[in-house]
Amino acid sequence: MRVALVSMGWSGFRPSVEELSFREMMFEAAMRAYEQAGIDPRRDVDAFISCQEDFWEGIAITDEFAPEPIGGVLRPTLTVAGEFLQGLAQAYMMVKTGYFDVVVVESHAKPSDVESMRGVFEMAFDPLYLRPLKAPNPHFLAGLMASAFMARSGVDREHLAMVAVKNKSNGLYNPRASHSARITLSDVLDSEPVVDPLTRYEIAPFSDAAVVAVVASEEAARRLTDTPVWIDGVGWSTEAGTGSMAWHDLGSMPSMRMAATMAASMAGISSIMRDTSFAEVEDRYSFAELMAAEEALTGDALEAARMLENGDFDRDGYYPVNPSGGSLAMGVAFEATGGARLLEAYLRLLGGGEEVEAGAERALVLSWRGIPTRTSMAVILSL
Amino acid sequence: MGEPRLPGTYLKEKEMYQLPGIVEHRPDAKYSFSAGQAVSRFLEGLKQGRILGKRCPRCGRVYVPPRSYCEYCFAPTAEWVEVSGEGEVNTAVVSYISTFRERLEEPEIIAVIRLYAPGYTGKKDEYEFPGIFHKLCGVKPEDVMSGRVIGMRVRPRWKPPERRVGSITDIECFEPVEG
Repeated sequence: MRVALVSMGWSGFRPSVEELSFREMMFEAAMRAYEQAGIDPRRDVDAFISCQEDFWEGIAITDEFAPEPIGGVLRPTLTVAGEFLQGLAQAYMMVKTGYFDVVVVESHAKPSDVESMRGVFEMAFDPLYLRPLKAPNPHFLAGLMASAFMARSGVDREHLAMVAVKNKSNGLYNPRASHSARITLSDVLDSEPVVDPLTRYEIAPFSDAAVVAVVASEEAARRLTDTPVWIDGVGWSTEAGTGSMAWHDLGSMPSMRMAATMAASMAGISSIMRDTSFAEVEDRYSFAELMAAEEALTGDALEAARMLENGDFDRDGYYPVNPSGGSLAMGVAFEATGGARLLEAYLRLLGGGEEVEAGAERALVLSWRGIPTRTSMAVILSL
Repeated sequence: MGEPRLPGTYLKEKEMYQLPGIVEHRPDAKYSFSAGQAVSRFLEGLKQGRILGKRCPRCGRVYVPPRSYCEYCFAPTAEWVEVSGEGEVNTAVVSYISTFRERLEEPEIIAVIRLYAPGYTGKKDEYEFPGIFHKLCGVKPEDVMSGRVIGMRVRPRWKPPERRVGSITDIECFEPVEG
């Protein structure tokens, strides 16, 4: 039995959605998804999954807030304390059991509500080794990763900047990409580093956002939509917590490779690069897109850098990577960030909307959970 | 005489944290929550001494405090309604000690008030109703313990307008309606 995405809805994708509460954003995203699927969540959904973390929310046991705004009151609802794509994998498995025909996945983020972002990040750091160092900026971990990645692979500083230029301008075609800009290589290279070598153009800002997906069995999907997008494979992998991160090579991310390999093998694909036509991948830091391309697509960072330089990864290139503009243009929305990658891949596959082009048949979605995690998720979608 | 002392060496809290192997961390987690469309207007209403709710166009349920959607029908709640603030005590409790276990000088009474809403009677035994959490004043702890307060008619005691800030604490407490 195949599992499909029947519809997806969203809300926000702006630096600050001050006029809506997080619950109202969840409701708006859910309403869009249910309307497109033609379903009443009070009757037609078998289970609900919300992906959220207490510290992002500022509410302990925030699970209890999940059901209301998505139609899940007095229905089977659970929280995945992780990324949207981990929740999607959960939904995929639930549908596969045969007990659930329609499962809803939700994630939301209200970073504009968090006043002490550094302090919240610090809570995710190992309490014995990392917190006592009192790092002034949690992005230092990304700086370490970027430097280690360049040192190991031989990828140039300019290649990192090229990712920012490409994605920031790709976003100009995407109504959800609030952080888009037409910038040049020298804009990036000449600006002051935030955490060396990364400049502010290469660190995705935050966005308030909510994403909702309706996942269904093949039979239910064919009943609900003429345009199901199939989930051919899902994968996820975690490496090490911040207490042991220092023992690991920060310049590579095997969890990306493991997640992508798991999804590809489930999808029956031997080469993701050959058998998919575009990818929405992790890019909350410029280097991360090249790292993702290496781990999941080319197997070689220099080859990924060469393709980027050639324009192969452009939105009209041979193999578009983050044609949506990625997180660099859309912003980081906590656990909904992977949901944003999925949403953009879903829309592009459908060819709907003026911002996407038809013709693609299969896509890779790859997300990392961001610092300070070493957790990655992958999905293979097809039309 | 104090508590009987058990054998062994007693540690002060400060000494304990000086022991090797214990690392202290105080979280720095601050938030400013967006109240959203419905609750923002509710809080504005409180400042003016009004209690506002929203009605579901499908099932007629009245949400006080208001929600932008009906959790039962999954429909947007379009219509605003104002309630008088009068209602009945649904349940109440007396707290004698704080979370930190010290005895409170005055026991505190917290109640759930089931509010009267225009055009919405509901059923006596229904699971859900327009209601508000608040302190109960003008009643004795014994009235709570005996169950006499259950069903008692109460109304909000407002702070004077100049002291209202747009918060649930603009209502000081709920007190019995005389007569």
